[in-house]
Amino acid sequence: MATKQSHRLARWMMAPSVFVLLIWMIVPLALTIWFAFQRYRLTNPNIKGFAGFANFEFFVTDPAFWPAIINTLLIVVGVLVITVGLGILLALMLDQPIWGQGIVRILMISPFFVMPPVAAVVWKHELMNPTWGVFAAVSRFFGQEPVNWLGNYPLLSIIVIVAWQWLPFATLILLTAMQSLSEEQKEAAEMDGANVFRRFWYIILPHLARAITVVILIQTIYLLGVYAEIQITTGGGPGFASTNLPFLIYNTGVLGGNIGAGAAGGLVAVVLANIVAIFLMRAVGRNLDA
Amino acid sequence: MARAVSTRRKLTMTILVWLVALIVFFPILYTIITSLKTEGEAAAGFSMIPSFTFESYAAVLDQQDYLRPFFNSVVISIGSTIVALLIAVPAAWAMAFTPTPKTRDVLMWMLSTKMMPAAGVLVPMYLIFLNTGLLDTLLGLSIILTLVNLPIVVWMLYTYFKEIPVDILEAARMDGATLGKELVYVLLPMAVPGIASTLLLNVILAWNEAFWTLRLSTDDAAPLTAFIASFSSPQGQFLAKLSAASVLAILPILLLGWFSQKQLVRGLTFGAVK
Repeated sequence: MATKQSHRLARWMMAPSVFVLLIWMIVPLALTIWFAFQRYRLTNPNIKGFAGFANFEFFVTDPAFWPAIINTLLIVVGVLVITVGLGILLALMLDQPIWGQGIVRILMISPFFVMPPVAAVVWKHELMNPTWGVFAAVSRFFGQEPVNWLGNYPLLSIIVIVAWQWLPFATLILLTAMQSLSEEQKEAAEMDGANVFRRFWYIILPHLARAITVVILIQTIYLLGVYAEIQITTGGGPGFASTNLPFLIYNTGVLGGNIGAGAAGGLVAVVLANIVAIFLMRAVGRNLDA
Repeated sequence: MARAVSTRRKLTMTILVWLVALIVFFPILYTIITSLKTEGEAAAGFSMIPSFTFESYAAVLDQQDYLRPFFNSVVISIGSTIVALLIAVPAAWAMAFTPTPKTRDVLMWMLSTKMMPAAGVLVPMYLIFLNTGLLDTLLGLSIILTLVNLPIVVWMLYTYFKEIPVDILEAARMDGATLGKELVYVLLPMAVPGIASTLLLNVILAWNEAFWTLRLSTDDAAPLTAFIASFSSPQGQFLAKLSAASVLAILPILLLGWFSQKQLVRGLTFGAVK
């Protein structure tokens, strides 16, 4: 069936996608590299020419640089730990026979469909606000002083908000994987006298390895780029306490008008993403081979 | 006896799971409740009982500046999805039905374009948009959303198309079907559900995209993501109106999402988890 002619047709059918993605991959990255070595200010067209590594120096010596790198990684790790940990727990619970499973699933998956700006404003103004927020009301109920979450624990607050958005995704995928584990296997283990924890450790968890890997890989792609939540809740502060790399790049390159330094920061982000990717593929990638 | 125990266990689990589900859902629930309060009630502090007024919805919908971002969101999410499908369907089709040894590599390469951090290419994209007049236009935002989501669309379609049995084609051919008839009567009906799910998921992703839409729009083309983001600092009595605007912004997508949760798993995991 696969004749030469049909293969030629297939190539033509693939051409638009390949072409579009090739351009999307090469052009912006090439321009980023180019600008990173140029003097280029949005506000002053007279500044131009080859900059050597000055832009990198400028970006890397920014007092916000190291905080931004550390915060970026903390957000990734923090959200992954919360979502994978709680996700496994919730998936285990949802896998039990209960009444109203359909509605429960709908309730639990909902945060994933909430656009980040809405999640951010709702958590900021309605939950975490120290005066009229829900958390403040809970604190007062227990006779405690309300906590100024975003003021005193900005990064932790952002991690919680982002984790809330991604928890449904992790739960849903882990649940789907859990449900593909055959009942017979679980029952056989039960009959052999394996207790709940042994069953979880030796049967369920290994079965989930692939799904956990997928969750980690996909979430990491998005978590490295968390942006809207920070802009809306804390604006990166106080100080640089919740500034991450995408936020710093925008501030430097576009708001600050220093295109060269912004581009240099962009390359730092690309390198960081690659380091994380290599690290992840080493750590969990082998689960994908099967 | 075993039954009785399991019923009790089921009841306990039911209560526990419902409790957890309500906690997870609470921020959305509370937003809905707040949207039904008056501004005075909303500012008064925590309360689960609103006066069920729709005045905040009326106030939000009365303002022209809500309807435009809503319209913008509709245009860019549906527009970018349709363009992405037009480009991706032939590609996914070709890879699923005439696979070559390189097909897998091409797919992986497409996926790898998602690994590029958006912040890494923000600066040149901003300049390109600035210099071509695409900044703050619906066309510009549609283009960028198409590019961002194209790899996911190709992958998702590919996993669906791959499941269409090729044998059925041969059967149809034996029955004397021409190539055109094959396509229209045999393949297309089987491909439609996959295309529909892909469309649904991509509209959701595009609607909620909040990096490029925030950064490459300022005013005219600003979609709901940017509109809601403008509420980042408190402005007078605004909680109820903010809640109403938020509910209006997420409701269409929540409904779509509830219908497509099964497809969501395979779509977002590129078929790696089924």
